Amino acid sequence: MDYEIKLEVFEGPLDLLLHLIHKNEVDIFDIPIAAIADQYLAYIDRMEELNVSLAGDFLVMAATLLHIKSRMLLPELRGEEDEEDPRVELTRPLLEYLSFKEAARSLFDREILERDVFVRRDFQELQELSGGVEPELEVSLFQLIQAFKRVADQRIPERQLQMQMDVWSVKDKIAHILDRLRGQGPLFFAELLGGGISRLECVVTFLALLQMVRMGLVRTFQPAAESDIQILPCPENTPRDIADD
Amino acid sequence: MTDELERTIEAFLFSAARPLSARDIQAWLPEEPLDRIQAALERLAREFESLGRSFHLREVAGGFQFRTRTAYAQALLKMLSTSPARLSRAALETLAIIAYKQPIIRHEIERLRGVDTGSILRTLLEKDLVRIVGRKNLPGRPLIYGTTRRFLEVFDLRDLAALPQLKDLQELTTHDEEKTSEAPAPVHEAPEETGPARAILPEPPGADGRDGDP
Repeated sequence: MDYEIKLEVFEGPLDLLLHLIHKNEVDIFDIPIAAIADQYLAYIDRMEELNVSLAGDFLVMAATLLHIKSRMLLPELRGEEDEEDPRVELTRPLLEYLSFKEAARSLFDREILERDVFVRRDFQELQELSGGVEPELEVSLFQLIQAFKRVADQRIPERQLQMQMDVWSVKDKIAHILDRLRGQGPLFFAELLGGGISRLECVVTFLALLQMVRMGLVRTFQPAAESDIQILPCPENTPRDIADD
Repeated sequence: MTDELERTIEAFLFSAARPLSARDIQAWLPEEPLDRIQAALERLAREFESLGRSFHLREVAGGFQFRTRTAYAQALLKMLSTSPARLSRAALETLAIIAYKQPIIRHEIERLRGVDTGSILRTLLEKDLVRIVGRKNLPGRPLIYGTTRRFLEVFDLRDLAALPQLKDLQELTTHDEEKTSEAPAPVHEAPEETGPARAILPEPPGADGRDGDP
C-alpha cells in the first residue's frame, strides 16, 4: 500500500499535471494531451481504488483534459488558422503555477527569521512564537502514543502485583493535571506518568492529556525527536481550532 | 557631534525589539534632521558589517535591526531549545502568490494554485504573515488579502519592492508566445504524439519522480 503515501504528495491537479509532464519529459508548450489525460485518469482511478476521497478540483481538471483532448481530435472543419491551440488553457495556468513555485522557493531560500537569523526579543515571546503559534512544531498524536509506550514499558513491570487501586476518571485526572500545572508550572510527560503509578492510571493520564490538548487547555512541546515531551498550560484558555491543518 | 549621534542611534537599535526607521529615531531626537539620522544608520550598518561579529545591522521592513548571522542559527536554536520556524510548501506557495499579486482575493489564489486554500490562509493569518486589507466590491464582498510588516521581517525584506523579480513568469510567457505562434496546427500532431508516450501509460505515477511500484 505504499501508493497511499505517495499519492498524498500532490497538492492539487496542477501539481499532479506538472509531475506527469516532468515524468514523461515532455515540453510544457507542447503537451501530448491524449497521453497525459490517460495517465491523469489512471491516477484518479488508482485514488478511487484506494478510497482516497477526491477533491473536486481533480475532477474538474480531468474534465478539462478530456475536453481539450476531444477538441484536438476533431477535424479542422473550416481551416481556421488563427484558432488558438486548445492546450493554451492548460499551459498558461501551469506556467503561472510554476512561476509561483519558483517564487516560493526563492522565499524559502532567504534568511528567514527564527530559522536562519535571530533578533533580540523577550525569551517568553520567542518561545510563544516558535512553539505556540506553530502547529508544525507541536507533537503529533503518534509521538504522544510512542512516548506513552516508551514510558509505560519502562516504568511498569509486566507482572505487577496490584494491592490497591485508585480508580481515576479522565475528568478527575484533567483537574489534577491542571492543578499541578498551576502549582508547579510546566510538567514533563515522564513526570506525569512517574512515581510508580498503575498501568490503569497511566492510561487515564494519557487519555486526559489527549483530551486536554484537544480542548486547548495545554500545549505539548518536544525539543528533539527522542526527548521528553513538555506540557505547558495555554496562556488564556482559548480552545484551538483543532480542525486546522 | 556625529559620533555621539551614531552612538545614540546604536543604543536605540541595541535595545529595540523591532526594526527602527530614521523616522522612528527622529521622534526621540527631534532636533536631528532626517537625512543625518539616515546617513548615521547606513554608516552604522557598514561599520557592523566590517566588524565581522556574529550579528550585523540589517535593513528590514522599512527599518534597521540587529540580526544574527546565519552561521549561528544552529547554536541559537539549541540555546532556545526550539525547532526552526517552518512553513509547509503549500503555505509558502500561497504566501508567494499573495506577496506578488496583492491585493488579492481568495478565489484568485485558488485559481492560481488549483486547490482550496482556506486552511492555509487561516494559518498565514494566524502567523501574522498575511492580513485582510479590505473587501472587494464583488458579489459576496470577498475578503482581500495582503502581506504584513511581519512578512517583511520574517523574510528579510526591506520592502515589497525588494522581493526578487518574478522573471521566470515573464521569460516563460514570452517563450510561450513564440512557441505557440510557431507551433504547427495542433490537430496534425496529435496522433503522432500519443504514440511514444502511450508506452508509459499502464503504470500509475509515483509522486516523487520515481515510478510507482505497487
